[in-house]
Amino acid sequence: MTTETATERHPADPIISVDEVSFRYGERPVLEDVSIDVEPGTFLGLVGPNGSGKSTLLELMLGLKRPDTGSVTLFGDRAHEFDDGKRIGYVAQNVTETARDMPVTVREAVAMGRYPHRLVGRFSRADCRAIDDAMDRVGITDLASRRVGRLSGGQRQRVFIARALASEADLLVLDEPTVGVDAESREEFYHLLHTLNATGLTVILIEHDIGVVTTYATEIACLNRRLYFDGDPDEFVSTDTLAAAYGTDQHVIHHDH
Amino acid sequence: MLGWLLGELAGLFEWFLEDVYGAAMGLLAEVLGVPMLGYPYMQRAYLAAVCVAVIGPLVGTFLVHREISMISDTLAHTAFAGVAVGLFLNATFELSLSPLLTAFVVAVVTALLVELLVEHAGAYTDTSLAIVLTGGFAVGSILITATGGGIAVGIDAYLFGSLATVSKGDVGRLVFMCFFVGGLVTLAYRPLLYVTFDATAARAVRLGVRRYKRLMVVLTALVVVSAMQIMGVILVAAMLVVPVATAALIARSFKHSILLAILAAEFAAIAGVTLSYVYGIAAGGSIVVAAIAVYTVVLIVRKLPADASLRALNPSNRRQAGRSRDVLEADGGDEQQ
Repeated sequence: MTTETATERHPADPIISVDEVSFRYGERPVLEDVSIDVEPGTFLGLVGPNGSGKSTLLELMLGLKRPDTGSVTLFGDRAHEFDDGKRIGYVAQNVTETARDMPVTVREAVAMGRYPHRLVGRFSRADCRAIDDAMDRVGITDLASRRVGRLSGGQRQRVFIARALASEADLLVLDEPTVGVDAESREEFYHLLHTLNATGLTVILIEHDIGVVTTYATEIACLNRRLYFDGDPDEFVSTDTLAAAYGTDQHVIHHDH
Repeated sequence: MLGWLLGELAGLFEWFLEDVYGAAMGLLAEVLGVPMLGYPYMQRAYLAAVCVAVIGPLVGTFLVHREISMISDTLAHTAFAGVAVGLFLNATFELSLSPLLTAFVVAVVTALLVELLVEHAGAYTDTSLAIVLTGGFAVGSILITATGGGIAVGIDAYLFGSLATVSKGDVGRLVFMCFFVGGLVTLAYRPLLYVTFDATAARAVRLGVRRYKRLMVVLTALVVVSAMQIMGVILVAAMLVVPVATAALIARSFKHSILLAILAAEFAAIAGVTLSYVYGIAAGGSIVVAAIAVYTVVLIVRKLPADASLRALNPSNRRQAGRSRDVLEADGGDEQQ
């Protein structure tokens, strides 16, 4: 609760603050001297080539890993000590592949968003309303009793977003959520994220499709072990950071919306 | 105080077993004209099997959907080492430990060790589980032969399971396990489900994932050792896997799948015990074959084209109905062979 009062006192305090962080797997350096702040209301797109340390940075931000040097704060606490899971929504990599055969319904999956609020005992009316509202906002109410494993990739993503909405999280973190999803669903999905971000939800997203992410994000961070760029998407597109980070010829197809 | 409480509980259970359950089964034996239901040792066997069929799928559902059901087989084989440790200690130091007690200890300790290793290594691997499984069994076989073969007597009962050796105390322990495991799974249902469904996200939202993964393997150890006496070390894992796989084919939700898995297991357990008595064959094997028969039937019925299964349900279409009944009987026939 101390974090919340802190946020009220300083409305511009960053949700996440990564300060001169380095991280290595054994002898292999993954991140070197990375510093980045995520302000409330940001839609941050994290881009970079394969093996550039994007997922590692995300895990450090969430406190799932601890940096070798430097520090990470999450909602004002040291990230690995932060314990208010209600404020975080997380959509893992390859959600379109997880739990294919597990008989979990859409409603059961979305209800998991309330588990950090109520780990045992009956759901209150407010819990149930949050679940219903979340399904309604992403348009999966009519799928409520379907099994998650039998949905299309695009529908599944919505389920996982709804789970984060049901928890009334302040921060939504997505690790390459659109792998294995067709282009049309992908556009719809980004449109949904954009809408949610407009209502105040802070979004951090790893994406390999640079074109789509520069269209919808409010901030781009380009990573390849070091942070090559952190700023406005338009500026990112117009500079040659991409070539510097990727080390090859890269062209951004900036989607027109 | 505790001793008095345990005494009272034992008394209460004995009263239940003889005057409530025994009497009801006796009545059932008369009404149905099936004398075996009236024999106390068969009544105990049925009750024990019914308990095993509750706790097996209950815990197995989480293991199967986390795709770590191999852990149950691994722990069963190390529990065999635990039995051997108990028998060995008894023979060497003239103790009178229950081999089941040492089996519980060894299985739970192994479960926690495996889980700790996994926390460091990152994931279960076939190879590491195979090493622990065969290693446990190897240690067991060494200990059993190390005392000159004297304790090898009766080891078959642990390997293949046995109904004849189910005592009042065994049934009491199984009923207790039903309540204990059932209670723990009910209390921890939400975190267990979340961890099973999406462990990474569960970590991200601070659900205490390690604690619940450990709980899951300890529960598995308890279930496997409890069920071992009936099912046998080699077959016990089937009770945690086959009914769950059956339920997953047709379940509408996760809760529904647990219920269906328990129902499928109950059917297999009761059919298996009955066949085992009638034909004088191994109970564990009969239960597993019955469970697999149920799985096969469900698989086939589900694979039938939707309109064919509808017509099969409609008595006006005799030809179709007859055909699909043939399929069912051909499969149900497996149980009796």
